[in-house]
Amino acid sequence: MSAKITPMRSAAESALIDRFPAVKASLPGLASAREDAFAAFVAAGLPTRRNEAWKYTDLRAAMREAAPLAARPNDAEITVALKGPSPLARQGVVTLSFVNGHYVATAGTLPAGVSITPLAQALTDGHPLLGRIGALKLANGDLAMSLNTAFMTDGAIIHVAEGVTVDGPIALRFVTSGATAVATAARVLMVAEAGSQVMLVESHEGQGALAHQPNTAVEIIAGDKAVVSHVRLGLNSAGAVALSTLTADLGSETSLTSVNVALTGAVTRHQAFVRFSGGDARAQINGATLLSGTQHADSTLVVEHAAEPGGESRELFRTIIDDEASGVFQGKIIVQPHAQKTDGRMASNAVLLSENAAMYNKPELEIFADDVACAHGATCGALDDELLFYLMSRGISKAEAEALMIESFVGAAIDFIDHEPIRDILHGLVQDWLQARAARLNAGAPTVS
Amino acid sequence: MLEIRNLHVKIADEDKVILNGLNLKVAKGEVAAIMGPNGSGKSTLSYVIAGKPDYEVTDGEVLLDGVNILEMAPDERAAAGLFLAFQYPMEIPGVATMTFLKAAMNAQRKQRGEAELTTPDFIKRVNKAADLLGIPKDMLRRPLNVGFSGGEKKRMEILQMTLLEPKMSIMDETDSGLDIDALKIVAEGVNARRDPEHAFLVITHYQRLLDYIKPDTVHVMSRGQIVKTGGAELALELEANGYRDYQSAA
Amino acid sequence: MPAVQETIDQVKAIDVSEYKYGFITDVEMEKPAKGLTEDTVRYISARKNEPAWMLEWRLDAFRRWKTMTEPSWARVHYPEIDFQDIYYYAAPKMNGAPKSLDEVDPAILDAYKKLGIPLREQEILAGVEPQNRVAVDAVFDSVSVVTTFRAELAKAGVIFCSISDALQEHPELVRKYIGTVVPVTDNYYATLNSAVFTDGSFVYIPKGVRCPMELSTYFRINEKNTGQFERTLIIAEEGSYVSYLEGCTAPQRDENQLHAAVVELITMDDAEIKYSTVQNWYPGDANGKGGIYNFVTKRGDCRGKNSKISWTQVETGSAITWKYPSCILRGDGSRGEFYSIAVSNGMQQVDSGTKMIHLGKNTTSRIISKGISAGRSQNTYRGLVSAHRKATNARNFTNCDSLLIGNQCGAHTVPYIESKTSTATFEHEATTSKISEDQLFYCMQRGLSAEDATALIVNGFVKDVLQQLPMEFAVEAQKLISISLEGSVG
Repeated sequence: MSAKITPMRSAAESALIDRFPAVKASLPGLASAREDAFAAFVAAGLPTRRNEAWKYTDLRAAMREAAPLAARPNDAEITVALKGPSPLARQGVVTLSFVNGHYVATAGTLPAGVSITPLAQALTDGHPLLGRIGALKLANGDLAMSLNTAFMTDGAIIHVAEGVTVDGPIALRFVTSGATAVATAARVLMVAEAGSQVMLVESHEGQGALAHQPNTAVEIIAGDKAVVSHVRLGLNSAGAVALSTLTADLGSETSLTSVNVALTGAVTRHQAFVRFSGGDARAQINGATLLSGTQHADSTLVVEHAAEPGGESRELFRTIIDDEASGVFQGKIIVQPHAQKTDGRMASNAVLLSENAAMYNKPELEIFADDVACAHGATCGALDDELLFYLMSRGISKAEAEALMIESFVGAAIDFIDHEPIRDILHGLVQDWLQARAARLNAGAPTVS
Repeated sequence: MLEIRNLHVKIADEDKVILNGLNLKVAKGEVAAIMGPNGSGKSTLSYVIAGKPDYEVTDGEVLLDGVNILEMAPDERAAAGLFLAFQYPMEIPGVATMTFLKAAMNAQRKQRGEAELTTPDFIKRVNKAADLLGIPKDMLRRPLNVGFSGGEKKRMEILQMTLLEPKMSIMDETDSGLDIDALKIVAEGVNARRDPEHAFLVITHYQRLLDYIKPDTVHVMSRGQIVKTGGAELALELEANGYRDYQSAA
Repeated sequence: MPAVQETIDQVKAIDVSEYKYGFITDVEMEKPAKGLTEDTVRYISARKNEPAWMLEWRLDAFRRWKTMTEPSWARVHYPEIDFQDIYYYAAPKMNGAPKSLDEVDPAILDAYKKLGIPLREQEILAGVEPQNRVAVDAVFDSVSVVTTFRAELAKAGVIFCSISDALQEHPELVRKYIGTVVPVTDNYYATLNSAVFTDGSFVYIPKGVRCPMELSTYFRINEKNTGQFERTLIIAEEGSYVSYLEGCTAPQRDENQLHAAVVELITMDDAEIKYSTVQNWYPGDANGKGGIYNFVTKRGDCRGKNSKISWTQVETGSAITWKYPSCILRGDGSRGEFYSIAVSNGMQQVDSGTKMIHLGKNTTSRIISKGISAGRSQNTYRGLVSAHRKATNARNFTNCDSLLIGNQCGAHTVPYIESKTSTATFEHEATTSKISEDQLFYCMQRGLSAEDATALIVNGFVKDVLQQLPMEFAVEAQKLISISLEGSVG
């Protein structure tokens, strides 16, 4: 009895399935990779709770309709989209702007040793690094990546030459904008050659309450001894169902620091796939998430130690959940049989500020080598009563004491960024979040829709 | 009792040479001290004598009562009468100190073809030694060395030495991290066992311990060799002048 | 050669067939034809002379089961099971149920003797302090051959008998509680069990009674190609207490055999059940040939206020273990505990853990899991801790440690931690490492051999769980762990 069960397609699934044949001729390059990725999506459909990797984020339910794939914006639309200041792309910072998944401009002067090619152009004209897009097998089969690969419209290829130390960050500004909700699919590949040092910061921005559906992927390939620092800031539109992925392929003795700060969006998921391909690499992967209302945010992480010595990975995820919001942390450390001497430590800590908040933690270890030291810890609960009492006994108001505790709690994850101006910006955004919370509390009722 | 001839040692799987033709003799009944600057190979020497697997002996011999022990497993060396008081004693979670002591004492007796201790006899011996060293009974019920202070761990090493009755004891920087009271207790533990049948090799960086354990001989170690040998007065000279002369001499 | 390397080599050389309980007892058995149809279900029910409702319940389960598919989410791999190639019932030939031990085939009594389980009360009594007595229900393949101390327990109001006897003597109690903790359709194997369960133990502790002795069941699979489907039901009424132990062994055979049990525990207000398992089914040989598939559903329901259920398991046997003894913390203030040691060696696969479902207010739970993997085995901890919205002030502490011996095995940890209320406090920690070379060297410097040093360190590693077992069993379990890691780690 093996009657093939044909799943009921949701409206969004049907729309996506119909869309690909309609648009594929207009999408630039990598036709066969797109076909394969699309086939993978058709076979799996949008993930639900039955899909172990999406157990706590039912994307099929969250994405009822598939928003139309955004067309290349015209000049007027670009002007509107980029009107406001970007939180991370400050003056003097080399900034690549993408509106609705399309590359529009680079501001600032490119440092020596850095070259940037818009992805659509690279796909059309050919580029020596095209073969490295989607090369990290660890992220294969991931639904967000499959959709991104099938529909990617534009993005960039960034190349940092061997031994170059890039002063100051390179900023990627992804803005979703328009009068109606749109879907976007941008893709960025950064190859940091051996011995280079570079900082890449991404901001995902969206105004208003529209239910945009951005799906962005950033791939980093770090050559031996490269030092890469990465920051991602999620400031999507309030109604957004936003997916973003970071992949990192680490050569020998590389160092990667990645900090994700997730603030707005209705349903958001940031995933990181990090592979230790060379020996003795080091990675610090952090997340700071602050949620309110009915927001749902998912941080999913897969770290694979695949070389000997297996290197050192540290993960620190801090989540603050207010009102009826829900947070998810899924983290998996895989140690392959030959990755001896791996040292992996992962922590997920969540503080629930409201009785109706929820947190789902799934920290996993998958260990096939014996000479390892791996650990994970997960906690969730309310703010520490005793500390709160201590602060209040010193004359600090309850609201202020809570704010202090929340700030230091998520600050611990942010403080790994060694670029002070960016760190300060992120702390400022946490402050803004706390002020908004104070305002809600003063208004007497949580902003539950 | 202990004789080391032309000992060459490197770290296994690496090229780093640590002991470089070291020669040393400790006679029955002798208390010998080895002093030397950090990195001179003192701790390596103690580990190699005890048989720690991380090192590779590329040349030379270590004789205990005329028998080369280098091919013996660490437990066989222990049964032959060799004891090493660790600089950093290991914590063994979940294993009560008493259980550990009994397992160790009986394992050695078994190797030597002796009968196991009866429980009352075992407890009597432990209590006597513990009283002497000021070790409270509740410490003996706790898991070995887990949560012990630095001083408590060192006292536990001396307790084990007392109970296992080795003929050759090596003390690896037993004085490090000890306050003066603990230092005296440790020294008393050693001095109580000082007699014509037993020998000691006391490894230390500072002269302080030697105020309480008077050595018969003092050896200066530098760059993997013994570079000077003298009497107790050599330790005082080192205390006054430091190791600088020897570092360049080697 | 480093001590650990030596240990690894010796572990590699182990033949898992050092299994000491692998003998076969030659008894004339009564079996229906192989395979599973409604007729099989009717046959089992008729053999046990069951009431009509029980047969209907079984048939309903069987129909449901036919619509279900085997679960595939666990980290275990095995060839497809042919459910038509199994005997579902095998009982020693007897004229009716044995009235006394004298009617039991001496070969069976001898088998239990070999296993160290005395079944004659007078033998048990010899030289045992009254408080240390243990009542035994001995289940041989599909039937319970004897339950000791029934009369004495009855004086205290305690019912301890096989579930078959309970269906004859206390059908109303069985009907009231069976399937209320593990619903008929809970999962593939539980549903299968509901259709074809053959025997198991039934325990009823009346209000306010502290069971006067330890109760235990000893499961023995003997017959070839036979599945064992045991069903155990324990009810602890208000304010009562019982400690229950189970042990399991099977002969060494080249074919895999299926053991799919269901255990249901129910505690009312202030009641406590302590359930301990020492599982030592035949694990298969060093190449993974043979061994028991242990697919078990165990669940406790803390129905009453301030009630407590504690699971302790020492899992050393079985080719595959698929087992998650769980607690539903329904009553306010109830408490669930799970203490586990899972040792895997050779080609064994273990996927085990627990679920702590916090529903009531002020419920607490504690999970201590110690996994030891050696040889080419795979050992997974899988667990769920959840607090529902109304589970205010729920508390959980989880500690999950894995130890690896050798570089061809795997240790995996898959915890799910779900909190839907800010007043719940959950703490989870997990570590994976190998035995420290430095600890081994330290022990050897004191005179312990590499094997003894390893055994000592492993025993220290599992200490927190061993302490939860009744004393006699703790000693037994400690030995069993050593034997399971035999070779050097003795």
